[in-house]
Amino acid sequence: MIISELQLIMPELSLLGFALLVILLDLFIKQKKVLAGVSIAGLIVSAGFTLLMWGAPTVDIFYGMVAVDRFALFFKLLLLVAAGLVILASQDYVSKFERFQGEYYALVLLSTFGMMLMAAATDLISIYVALELSSISLYVLASFLKDQKSTEAGLKYLLVGAVASAVLLYGMALVFGLTGHTCLICIADVIQGLPIAGLLESPALLLGIILLIAGFGFKIACVPFQMWVPDVYEGAPTPITAYLSVASKAAGFAVVLRVFFVTFGAPVWLSLDWGMLFAVLSAITMTVGNVVAIVQTNIKRLFGYSSIAQAGYLMVGLATVGMAAGTDALGQSGLLFFLASYAVTNLGAFIAIIAISNRIDSDMIDDYAGMGKRAPLLALALTLCLVSLTGLPPTAGLIAKIYIFSGAIHHGLLWLVIIGVINSCISAYYYFRVVKVMWLEAPASEGKVPSSWALRTALFLCCLFVLLLGVVPGCFIGIAEAAARIFGS
Amino acid sequence: MSVGLEHYLILSAVLFCIGLYGVLSKRNAVVILMCVEIMLNAVNITLVAFSRYVVPTLLTGQIFAIFVMAVAAAEAAVGIAIIIAIYRSRGTVDAEKFDLMKW
Repeated sequence: MIISELQLIMPELSLLGFALLVILLDLFIKQKKVLAGVSIAGLIVSAGFTLLMWGAPTVDIFYGMVAVDRFALFFKLLLLVAAGLVILASQDYVSKFERFQGEYYALVLLSTFGMMLMAAATDLISIYVALELSSISLYVLASFLKDQKSTEAGLKYLLVGAVASAVLLYGMALVFGLTGHTCLICIADVIQGLPIAGLLESPALLLGIILLIAGFGFKIACVPFQMWVPDVYEGAPTPITAYLSVASKAAGFAVVLRVFFVTFGAPVWLSLDWGMLFAVLSAITMTVGNVVAIVQTNIKRLFGYSSIAQAGYLMVGLATVGMAAGTDALGQSGLLFFLASYAVTNLGAFIAIIAISNRIDSDMIDDYAGMGKRAPLLALALTLCLVSLTGLPPTAGLIAKIYIFSGAIHHGLLWLVIIGVINSCISAYYYFRVVKVMWLEAPASEGKVPSSWALRTALFLCCLFVLLLGVVPGCFIGIAEAAARIFGS
Repeated sequence: MSVGLEHYLILSAVLFCIGLYGVLSKRNAVVILMCVEIMLNAVNITLVAFSRYVVPTLLTGQIFAIFVMAVAAAEAAVGIAIIIAIYRSRGTVDAEKFDLMKW
């Protein structure tokens, strides 16, 4: 290892430094708001380092363990922004804790650190370690409230997550055994040399790929590995739910994209096989998410199912990547743009929910009645985000859906797009039920819903980006394409 | 009879299935956590066996197994901590009683 390679992971290292600093400062500082400030500063410093590297050429460092390329940098920025917004939105929530406020911020930073490594990892070992670093921090955060619901959420998340990572590891072990390598590019070289016979001729590889999909499927919450989502989303502290639904999912998609495109993308027969597999999973995932969401009465649970449905739309991008078999990068860039738009939209919605639920002390959709009168700005922001999640103009959601679906049509997945559009119509029903409750029903009380400036800033930023991505998407699509281009197409 | 790669692979596959069966069928959260550890150790056997027979000159699999052990220890620590927290609030570690949230 060359010491100078360390400067290429400065975004991660600085974030780690700030996480440790937060833990240290927590011992001395009585005014805990400072810790949130330090965390935000750490994220900004890290984002600064990331931006500085944007123009630099792609390199593999630490003997091919970690890649520094635009794809990784794009995800690092996305994750940093998500973590920053979550920390801004956590302030009201966390200030109610009597103890462990410092640990809360430090754990958010540490899991961001793990996710950033996930996006950059190019070796099975580093992928596994990064994935566990982010997951274990999230297990703790999910059970942070220590009340009955929160610990139950944490335990369910931990047990399902541990099994998923064992399954993932078994898949990795099989892939390693079959090829003799753990680095993705070396594995790709070996698989390239396999005879063209289809997956059924090499059952060990087939099993390995299926186990990998199962392990990663847990992280991105696709059917049939989605059963933890609603419970964990409902029980975890709301800012952590927001963080899980956006950052954890984005990091999961980054890994899946890298592993499947780099490793299994080169032989066309293999790529078509897993492309079709993701297409079928995608159709099932969005349908299950949307249909079950209809009957939900708890807004956090509703968003749990909605995020499963959104994972289904995102997997349309994965399927496109497989079907394209390296001919173009429509699938990749569509997926990246969709993730960015989903991140700001879902975070915006969750920040509004944090503000409202924190005040009325309830997560029930019925208790949101009359929010249009009690907190017009919050209700307006939540409405905007719901419109974007449905995929209507003039928001980011529409552009993202058009982009990802047009790529799929281009590569012969018309049936999947038709299912996707039908699903969008279903989703409009339950998204607009929330809007209807907020604006048309009479409020239970007249009390206003105050919120802190930090929360309002975060919400404003989210709404701004939802509109920007929807009205002037060109610039952002350009960034997504630049990030997707590293996959040599 | 000499012991070959396939014997190790069969052993690890059997262990993995035992662990998975335990996770799916046991009710005590601590036992479920132990079954997860069995699954992880099954993976370790696979990794080391593959490393020994497929790439005997390298130690890739052994290194991987060491990482798995370290991470598994961290995971077990967090798991036990969460189980203690839930035991304090509920007075039970029976996984079937953790049903505050469903559907």
